[in-house]
Amino acid sequence: MLLTNLEQVPGKKIVQHFGLVQGNTIRAKHVGKDFLAGLKNIFGGELGAYTELLAESRQEATDRMIQQAQSMGANAIVNIRYSTSSVAQGAAELYAYGTAVKVEL
Amino acid sequence: MEIIILLTLLAFGYFFGQRAEKKHFKSIIDREKAYLKLPVVTMRTPPAIHQHTLNSELVAGNAVISIDFFKKFVASLKMLFGGHVTQYESLLDRARREALLRMKEQAQHKNAFVVLNARVETASISKNSKRRNSVGAVEVLAYGTAVSLGDKIKNEINS
Repeated sequence: MLLTNLEQVPGKKIVQHFGLVQGNTIRAKHVGKDFLAGLKNIFGGELGAYTELLAESRQEATDRMIQQAQSMGANAIVNIRYSTSSVAQGAAELYAYGTAVKVEL
Repeated sequence: MEIIILLTLLAFGYFFGQRAEKKHFKSIIDREKAYLKLPVVTMRTPPAIHQHTLNSELVAGNAVISIDFFKKFVASLKMLFGGHVTQYESLLDRARREALLRMKEQAQHKNAFVVLNARVETASISKNSKRRNSVGAVEVLAYGTAVSLGDKIKNEINS
């Protein structure tokens, strides 16, 4: 699966268009990690646990999007966008969407 | 008693926060220098060379950076009067540059020569449930399309 956030895949012709595909996950924070993050709020600096958690969750959202595209028979997703929104206190939604297409390889 | 706790927290925040920030900025500047040869642009059109020889791949980098207690305290005082809140400015600057650097790192790993259509997304992760609107930490995601030369052209160059 070719992933890009450009509108086309460089050097490859788009032959078929399948429309929007999307994937999302909602993650809540881990209590123990949250406690450590609270401590970090005093000293400042990077919250490594959160960085990792969000990267993992975003990967999962991307995987779900890829799955959807695969089930349609696409071999590339173009114009991918990510967005984050907090739905509830302590939980965040990570959302990935793009256009599934078929390109000539 | 409460005042003592507050003062200790402020002192801790000031001391460790400043030190961490200085260290972080130093490492950011060093790494930015190392990645100078890899341009990251917001342009969306791939370079006008034989495009079938290019490989493109999505790359992303993220960073969650927390503010320290001292800065948060000073910033909350500044909120009363308005104006520049430099405390948050440096926080966001750090987070963005770090995220961009991580994206570049990934791009270089894929032997890219340019990252196209770079986008930066910011979300605030509020830690304190008691006080709303409190920015405890920010998450920055940077993503783009890393473009590298394909095997075809590499073989041509080599032969």
